[in-house]
Amino acid sequence: MVDDDLHAVARGGLLHRRLLLKASALGIGGSLLTPARASEYWQNEAGAAQSEYGQPSSFAHLKREQTRGHPFGPEAGSSSSPLQNMNGTITPNSLHFERHHSGIPAIDPTIHTLTLYGDVKQVLQFSYEDLLAYPMESHHYFLECSGNSFRNTFAKPLDLTAGSLNGLVSGAEWTGVPLHYLLDEAGVKKEARWIVAEGADAAGLTRSIPLSLALDKVLVALYQNGEPLRPAQGYPMRLFVPGCEGNISVKWLQSLKVQKTPAYSREETSKYTDLLKDGTAEMFSLEMEVKSVITSPSGKMQLNRQGVYEISGLAWSGAGAIRSVEVSADGGTTWAEAVLQSDAKPLALTRFRIPWRWSGQTSTLQSRAIDEKGNVQPTRKVAIDRYSPAGFYHYNGIQSWQVSTDGVVKNVYV
Amino acid sequence: MSMFNRLKSATQSFSLYRQRKSNTGLSLYNEGFIPTFCPFSRRVKSLFFQTVFVTSISISTAVADENLGPALKPNLGQPAPDYIGSVVSPDGSGLPAGKGTVVAGKAIYDAQCAACHGPDGKLAANPLAGGLGSLSSAKPLKTVGSYWPYATTLYDYIARAMPYNQPKSLSANDVYAVTAYILKLNGIVHKETTLDSSSIVNIKMPNRGGFFELQE
Repeated sequence: MVDDDLHAVARGGLLHRRLLLKASALGIGGSLLTPARASEYWQNEAGAAQSEYGQPSSFAHLKREQTRGHPFGPEAGSSSSPLQNMNGTITPNSLHFERHHSGIPAIDPTIHTLTLYGDVKQVLQFSYEDLLAYPMESHHYFLECSGNSFRNTFAKPLDLTAGSLNGLVSGAEWTGVPLHYLLDEAGVKKEARWIVAEGADAAGLTRSIPLSLALDKVLVALYQNGEPLRPAQGYPMRLFVPGCEGNISVKWLQSLKVQKTPAYSREETSKYTDLLKDGTAEMFSLEMEVKSVITSPSGKMQLNRQGVYEISGLAWSGAGAIRSVEVSADGGTTWAEAVLQSDAKPLALTRFRIPWRWSGQTSTLQSRAIDEKGNVQPTRKVAIDRYSPAGFYHYNGIQSWQVSTDGVVKNVYV
Repeated sequence: MSMFNRLKSATQSFSLYRQRKSNTGLSLYNEGFIPTFCPFSRRVKSLFFQTVFVTSISISTAVADENLGPALKPNLGQPAPDYIGSVVSPDGSGLPAGKGTVVAGKAIYDAQCAACHGPDGKLAANPLAGGLGSLSSAKPLKTVGSYWPYATTLYDYIARAMPYNQPKSLSANDVYAVTAYILKLNGIVHKETTLDSSSIVNIKMPNRGGFFELQE
């Protein structure tokens, strides 16, 4: 029996993170679901045969919540990663979030090309096969839609899962050709300041990116988590701009125009701009802000027993690495520092964990991320006050989950 | 952060960046890329100057040492001097020849656009017109007339993505015409207007000054 009073680090049952090292002493299971106390089981006949392409267990029911687009264009929608059903920091390709502006094109890589043109010394065209021959880099990065968590800007909290509310973010290992190799080959003219990336989808999605940014960490990504990109992620190739709002990582990338100014495309003027209360708007707000969300326990879950749980979640920041994550079990009155995964990387999803004893009390669980630049995730009120009442992009307010006395977990505003 | 510190950190970052590029054998600066250019916002500056650039020094050195990437560049790009892209910008670059009138635009709009946008461009699901003066209210209405800063964007977007069910099906003349008609629905041009590649550049949109660019 552990004496919680000796290990409490904040009110509401939060326990010292060193107890994670003594998990067995606390009887911490990894899952909220109490496993069936199964009798010993052996399969007494040969199992299924191997397969060409693996599938998840038929007992694991993971699915993405979908938001359909316009009634006339349901394929211009999105799907969210089921954050509440996953652990670690890598999102399987089948569960990575999607957002399409006019559906998913089926592109034959043998006819697709990438053209660099505009203010370059020589207009150059690359085939998919060409790009496969270039030196590549692999990095773990998060990708987040600038509209992620927009439902939490609504006036009343919606009783939804962590994934439905916050799942327009995913983490993957992205592999591709550093864009500066290709720009250097074409020869960027000295007056150039921007590149304009254009997709081959029906929307022809187009975004302008500062050249300085394009020359740094940007990839022409060809692989995601080790396999060629899925069509929904831009097959055969996409731009990948780490740390920045998802839509500038243009999928189905087919041209890059180098020029002196932005194109001021429809997406970067009428859509992905941030209206302020005074009626002016921020344009090219590319970086995604510091943010975190507790994925377990989280919305729509049910705690079936009192006792010790592991609070676990994800944190990320477009400004770099996560420095720390603090967790509160009393609605933000007292906080305790969670454990971060030991191999956390900049611009990547970072897993945090902290032990918590639930004794049947009403609890409001929150997490607050701080990045290496000292940016602190704001409260919902502060996050919302930054923008016009109609604004919903770049929302990074603290997510609150309330656990009721009967163990029901739901989204609340504090 | 003070302006002095911002400039200072940007300068430091650029000098490191320059060193990094020369280490990896890239020639952008030799070709005149001036490292005093500082296009970044407060936000992006904090990302790419103060954080990533600094932390990338050790990373990029390690990459250069371990993987000789740039030295192995196969240079497979094929010259494509005749390539005509579709990106249209406010200075008029990318605009094709052609012209269209408000009157011609109305006929195309009624047949191909009105179903989703309403006969007057005010269908609530996809509004194109109205909302002037609403941006600072509790219920801002962002339309071409109330929000969009450049008329060239309208040309670019219609040409690449509209009509939604049949993108890239309109001729250049048709796109100029529909653009003219939507501007007319917003009271920005009069009904006798003919739009072409030079007149569209000169249209002053009502909300041109309404944006604060975070890239300087």
